Amino acid sequence: MSETEVNPTISKSTGLPRKRFYRARAHSNPLSDSHFPVPISPSHVDYSFHYPQLFPSSGQADSSKRIQFADVGCGFGGLLISLSTLFPETLMIGMELRDKVTEYVKERISSLRVANPGQYQNVSVVRTNSMKYIPNYFGKGQLSKMFFLFPDPHFKEKNHRRRVISPFLLDEYAYVLEVGGIIYTITDVEELGDWMKSCLENHPMFEALTRKELVADPVVELLSSATEEGQKVARNGGQTFQAVFRRIVPSDQPS
Amino acid sequence: MDSEPKKDVEVAPALIAVHPDQCSVAVAVGQHLRVFDLAAGDAASLTDDSDAVAFHTDNIRAICFGAKGKLFVSAGDDKTVKVWSTQSWRCITTVSSEKRVSAVAISNDGNFVCFADKFGLVWIVDLDPPSRDKKPSPLLSHYCSIITSLEFSPDGRFILSADRDFKIRVTNLPNKPLNGAHQIQSFCLGHSEFVSCLAFVQGQECPEGLLLSGSGDSTVRLWNVDSGALFDTCEVALKAGLLEDNGKAEEHGHAVTDICTVLDGLLVAVAIQSLQGIILLSCNVSEKTLSVTKVVSVVGEAFVPTCLGSSPSTGKLWMVTGVSSLPGCSYPALARVRVISDIDIEQEPVVLGDDNIPGGEKLLETLQGTASVDDNAFLAAAEAVKTAMCHLLIKKQYPSENRESRKKCRNDRKLKG
Repeated sequence: MSETEVNPTISKSTGLPRKRFYRARAHSNPLSDSHFPVPISPSHVDYSFHYPQLFPSSGQADSSKRIQFADVGCGFGGLLISLSTLFPETLMIGMELRDKVTEYVKERISSLRVANPGQYQNVSVVRTNSMKYIPNYFGKGQLSKMFFLFPDPHFKEKNHRRRVISPFLLDEYAYVLEVGGIIYTITDVEELGDWMKSCLENHPMFEALTRKELVADPVVELLSSATEEGQKVARNGGQTFQAVFRRIVPSDQPS
Repeated sequence: MDSEPKKDVEVAPALIAVHPDQCSVAVAVGQHLRVFDLAAGDAASLTDDSDAVAFHTDNIRAICFGAKGKLFVSAGDDKTVKVWSTQSWRCITTVSSEKRVSAVAISNDGNFVCFADKFGLVWIVDLDPPSRDKKPSPLLSHYCSIITSLEFSPDGRFILSADRDFKIRVTNLPNKPLNGAHQIQSFCLGHSEFVSCLAFVQGQECPEGLLLSGSGDSTVRLWNVDSGALFDTCEVALKAGLLEDNGKAEEHGHAVTDICTVLDGLLVAVAIQSLQGIILLSCNVSEKTLSVTKVVSVVGEAFVPTCLGSSPSTGKLWMVTGVSSLPGCSYPALARVRVISDIDIEQEPVVLGDDNIPGGEKLLETLQGTASVDDNAFLAAAEAVKTAMCHLLIKKQYPSENRESRKKCRNDRKLKG
């Protein structure tokens, strides 16, 4: 360990950032007024910053290509990394409120890009409060998949409005999802699992996927296997609760 | 920086609303609601069958006429929404809110009243069948943001809500709004500060109307509500010469406080912080552009309007300035009303003297309360309103070193210690 020129936060064996330098509190208050830049509108999102190889000059390269997957509360980014190679043609972004954790994912992606030339160019991460700023990042019907994996359970009833799945926030998720787009949720907290499922069931713009569709979807098994949180639950032999729903046109009005 | 007294934050601007046929004019200042019946030429006497001593017990934050002038709503910090019949000026419904109310709107058919609370929730009340006490149902929500303005689109398809997080949400109004409005039509994004006010302009070429919004970024913008697309931006403070002194002037000095369409939307009056008068914009509905027509100054006294009102067909603009209370001033509920007449493309607008104002002395006595107060009080009032607005709607920025020390004295830690 005498070489001082080596960055100690990067593991020598894997070239990936070491998690112990990016420890953060497990919870963050989504109601607090944090300070980070927010794009004024989806057209102000800097794609050349997030995907430099795919958008070499600012904006112009392939303006038809937009972000299609959003991992809300991506944590240490396990799911994104798995999705990146499973859907190499799809742009995806992780959104995380804790800045240290976001820094980790940033480092992780850039290390992977260096180690695997040509790969992981379609994945990025941003520090933001998705509960407030989803409409600033994505336009109407832009997304085809949204992920909410192991979100903060906020047990106290007083804090239920801090939950990332809630009847009112689902309106915004329905807005940014295309018709037929899919919302994936999973938790190891039964109470929260019931809550997320009932929010989605009661929303007029979402319907549950059938058992058959769930089996056929390659993404579903990643929910519990790809994320750090999911692996931890599996190690401890815990149970998980999924709710996977599709964005539909409400029967009450034509879209 | 945050050691300023809390009192500063709590003051509310004086508000004005004009009946669509100019039958009456209402002014709200502090907890007082004052209505002058122009048709009868006398103050309207408001009645409420409940036993309450006062109609409102805290600052009124929002008033408006609706349903072609049949209804009037008032609401504010006392967490009550009152719906009035403008025929009898009797309170027909009182609605209790869990939180303070920041904006209200009446649906075009008069069947629903919507109001927004300070936590970003918009509630809806069904007025049919009429009854004294109504329970509101939640309609939609802006996540933890203060909603500054609510508006129904002229065609009744949408409800629009503007907030301090720079955004305007356009939501489809469903057939049964009591179950919530879940389908978002668009977001109008482009402002770089809080959105303070909304208004619609209609024209023969576009009966569904174009949306106007004013903001803390000193601009008025024109939008397509269907797509959320920005048609035009008018840098009103810059055009009015308020910013030319040193390029930027002081930060947040010239927020747009109110916009009001005059002459069926041919012209738009804009009130800006620190401007003694108003700016008139013309909106070209077919070209979808905004441009400054002229600045109308109020001379002879210090008058920075805090709110504007107009009935659509007349060329008259009603303005009020005032504040609920002023520290160190003996006049609570300070208000001053002025009227600009002959607003037209061709003509030169005239700021009416107190003798020529519709309703005359009597109207002024009713709406202003106290007879005459010196200029400085009104300037101080405008300044207090400006400070309060900034405190309420602009995120406080702390330098990083300051942030660490603030974390150390967090309230929740104090309790444990």
